[in-house]
Amino acid sequence: MSKLTACERLEIIRHKDRPTVNDYIPALFTRFMEFHGDRLYGDDAAIIGGIGYLSETPVTVIAQVKGRNLEENKRSNFSMPHPEGYRKALRLARQAEKFHRPVICLVDTPGAFCGIEAEERGQGEAIAKNLAEFMTLKTPVISVVLGEGGSGGALALAVCDELAMLENALYSVISPRGAASILWKDGTKEKEACEVLKITAENLSDFGVCDRIIPEPEGGAHLSKDITADNIYEYLVDAVYRMKNTDIDTLLEQRYHKFRKIGMFTE
Amino acid sequence: MALEDLFKVVKERFGAEQSSSAIEKEVEIPQDLLFKCPRCSTVIYNEEFERAMKVCPKCGYHARLTWKERLDMTVDKGSFKELDESLRSLNPIGFPKYEEKVEKLSEQVGMNDAIKTGVCTIRGYRCVIGIMDSHFMMASMGSVVGEKIARAFEYAIEHKLPVVMFTASGGARMQEGIISLMQMAKTSGAVKRHSDAGGLYITVMTDPTTGGVTASFASLGDVILAEPKVLIGFAGRRVIQDTIRQRLPDDFQSAEFQQDCGFVDMIVERGMMRKRISNILKIHGFPKEGTGR
Repeated sequence: MSKLTACERLEIIRHKDRPTVNDYIPALFTRFMEFHGDRLYGDDAAIIGGIGYLSETPVTVIAQVKGRNLEENKRSNFSMPHPEGYRKALRLARQAEKFHRPVICLVDTPGAFCGIEAEERGQGEAIAKNLAEFMTLKTPVISVVLGEGGSGGALALAVCDELAMLENALYSVISPRGAASILWKDGTKEKEACEVLKITAENLSDFGVCDRIIPEPEGGAHLSKDITADNIYEYLVDAVYRMKNTDIDTLLEQRYHKFRKIGMFTE
Repeated sequence: MALEDLFKVVKERFGAEQSSSAIEKEVEIPQDLLFKCPRCSTVIYNEEFERAMKVCPKCGYHARLTWKERLDMTVDKGSFKELDESLRSLNPIGFPKYEEKVEKLSEQVGMNDAIKTGVCTIRGYRCVIGIMDSHFMMASMGSVVGEKIARAFEYAIEHKLPVVMFTASGGARMQEGIISLMQMAKTSGAVKRHSDAGGLYITVMTDPTTGGVTASFASLGDVILAEPKVLIGFAGRRVIQDTIRQRLPDDFQSAEFQQDCGFVDMIVERGMMRKRISNILKIHGFPKEGTGR
């Protein structure tokens, strides 16, 4: 695997041809059917959900939608979900639990949407609820960060048994630009902030946050969508197989401790 | 979530006046003599302000308290036993000058990090209590805050106790990078376990409850109370204004706004808080110990 800086990886994941879930879903799953709506308020196009087969196994897929062009991005709000998106995700996760389907979350978002309506409909509550409920969901949950993992908006689909990241994906508590404007009162110092924050898949593996790094073709996923999709597929099939053969109580105990143990302090 | 804007919001809305030392410099008011309300600019004698439990007599703004002030006005005298007092933060991502900042604040504010947890009685009802203090790095959540909250809930599960959590926070602590984000999952997981074990959890949202704390344990109470007029929200005001390009109404993200939107059960004035909490504990069948205060 290549040794690129966080900043170089940021360039790669921002490449206009970087594959999105619209490319990956047809490549990873067969007979995918999209299900709409949170049954409470509406349907959020920033998150696609549905069911299909991963190899021979029925799975539930929940994915954040980066658009491949302006039109797609307008529809999916540049992959910034509203509360109804997170609530749809939870509804489908519950459905998966009921019918014993593993849940595959594909994470790719700059963050949860910040707007009046999002506040009115409880963005904070929607995310909090997902964190708590996914923690005890009685079916395997596997999350893969494809590009950007933006803070709480990403975490709401990343309370899981295993977190994988594409080689160039980044996952951070705050956008590098945001961090720069606090640190140096200068949002343009994004590159410096990128390195300070320690947000690459390799950094996150060291912290015990990322469990598996999925390789991309040299130069980035946009150079071969097929190779990248194959790598993700191979990982998912293996992970689902392992988890389906693990007792659910053991899995839930491990899931709790995966997060419970993270923190650095003395006493 | 753009955390930086949460800090700005807080500064913007409450201004430099919020810090009493800043007032002192600006208008040369002796620090211990007068209080100027950051909301309505009413000036009153500090003595009077403190008698009123730091609530502005004119507009009803419930000012921020130190953890000690909150503790003293909430729990039965002498009943508080602190848990996990010695936890101190490390610098997981090697963030520039983080240790120095934490150390300086520890001395200034008199606490190791932004939350105190412990066991106490409130009018005779035993509970686990958590009090966040915005004077410590805007009570942002890093490893220590996350760990103390998780342990508090685990202690409550083990001893079959209810939890009362006074929340205040600017959100996740940027200086601890991804580790701080993971505290959201960790605390929410601990709350869920306590809930699944049948435990009662009361959240009291105080000024300001925002960002990653709103998006985790603060929003997960069985009962959610809030003090009047306080700021409660997910995203920063500035971020939202930049997105929609128009000025937001003054009461946007207030406790009252959150109640109207359906996210707060009850707004409770400071003077009534002890009574309300103890009544909620009582109706859930917890036994009263001794005579209470």
